[in-house]
Amino acid sequence: MIRVTTPLENVEALQAGDEVAISGVIYTARDAAHQRLVQLIREGKPLPFPVEGAVIYYVGPSPAKPGEPIGSAGPTTSMRMDGLTVPLLELGLKGMIGKGGRSQEVVEAMQKHKAVYFAAVGGAAALIAQHIKSVEVVAYPDLGTEAVHRMVVEDFPAIVAIDTQGRNVYEQGVAKYRQPMAEGSK
Amino acid sequence: MRVIRYEDIVAQVKELCLDANCTLPMDVFEALVEAQKKEESPLGQNVLDAILENAKIAKEKKMPLCQDTGLVVVFAEVGQDVRIEGGLLSEAVDEGVRQAYQEGYFRMSVVGDPLERVNTKDNTPAVLHVSLVAGDKLRLQVAPKGFGSENMSALKMLKPADGVQGIKDFVVKAVSEAGGNPCPPIIIGVGIGGTMEKAALLAKRALLREVGSRHPKPHVARLEEELLELVNKTGVGPQGFGGTQTALELFVEVYPTHIAGLPVAVNINCHVARHGEAVL
Repeated sequence: MIRVTTPLENVEALQAGDEVAISGVIYTARDAAHQRLVQLIREGKPLPFPVEGAVIYYVGPSPAKPGEPIGSAGPTTSMRMDGLTVPLLELGLKGMIGKGGRSQEVVEAMQKHKAVYFAAVGGAAALIAQHIKSVEVVAYPDLGTEAVHRMVVEDFPAIVAIDTQGRNVYEQGVAKYRQPMAEGSK
Repeated sequence: MRVIRYEDIVAQVKELCLDANCTLPMDVFEALVEAQKKEESPLGQNVLDAILENAKIAKEKKMPLCQDTGLVVVFAEVGQDVRIEGGLLSEAVDEGVRQAYQEGYFRMSVVGDPLERVNTKDNTPAVLHVSLVAGDKLRLQVAPKGFGSENMSALKMLKPADGVQGIKDFVVKAVSEAGGNPCPPIIIGVGIGGTMEKAALLAKRALLREVGSRHPKPHVARLEEELLELVNKTGVGPQGFGGTQTALELFVEVYPTHIAGLPVAVNINCHVARHGEAVL
């Protein structure tokens, strides 16, 4: 287990397959927030949070019960954000947390701008919520669960899924455990 | 005629939604325990440990297992000798969903129009499938469906000549291409036959079966076993990180079809395979 703190530095040291525990501030954004963030970038306007060295978590949490910082908060499917990710990497985004693979375009931009992609366990949302200590909305409150939240996390469990050299745990893992199929099944 | 009251349906749907979202069905939990023992990848084993731990936390704290508490799918079997009094069945189902999602602190994940995309803010409407059956009971099956897995589902109108091999190729391809997106280990429903929409409905319905149960027709049961073995050879593994436990279970449902067709639908459910049922 490798301890990682935000804002991220020396991300080149992280390798695909490493299990990490992330502590510090992370920001949430998913489909609707990404559209707005990219629109701001296109218009040359400032973003609502400091993106340099930042980690974005693709999540739409369930509402907090009274006295709790947040409800369940597991990762959503990252590929939906693929078409809106490169402009953020160009501005210095260093980490993303989600689930599932990424497009070739994103992987190449991650190599170019030295960023890592972490995978959290999809569906382990109650477990992950135990590592989120405080939450506040920093932009787009009208989006509800899809608003940009600033989260303080402690030992948030994740895996380095794709590293700065383009090594990819999805490709490596599947290749390792794939078994031959008879009768032309593929 | 036996009378079933609107309020009783509301209360039952509410209870099923509250329970399904926070408590993993025992058959699914046990299948995950088994998968953890069988998984060969160390990373996959850790993922399964986290999933089992998550189920314990969610149950204990009455928290949703997954933040995506889904679009609620309800199968209602209405006995022909039942009269529902006090309101419409569909409205009772939606009211039950509305109350559960508010009281349970569940995420509201439904937009009222797929193009305008404005959140309905109460997770309604549900997707309700009604069938008329003999008797004087009302059977309700409630399955909140997350969309990480729903988005990875697939349907194809195969040719009769494609046969069983064509079905196998299509199912394996759907699972391989889905990779880690539907949150494996998954449960797979395969609907074969009927028309396009019938195949999809069969696949959805198949997901409600109990893990470990086999189809009563021996050749269909055999196909279930063969398909499960094949998808577990894809190497996808828990969360797509590679491994031997890609699917916990695979169910096939069949229906008569046209001489010219072989519709096949694959509906994928994540490891948080929520469902519950009750009879009024």
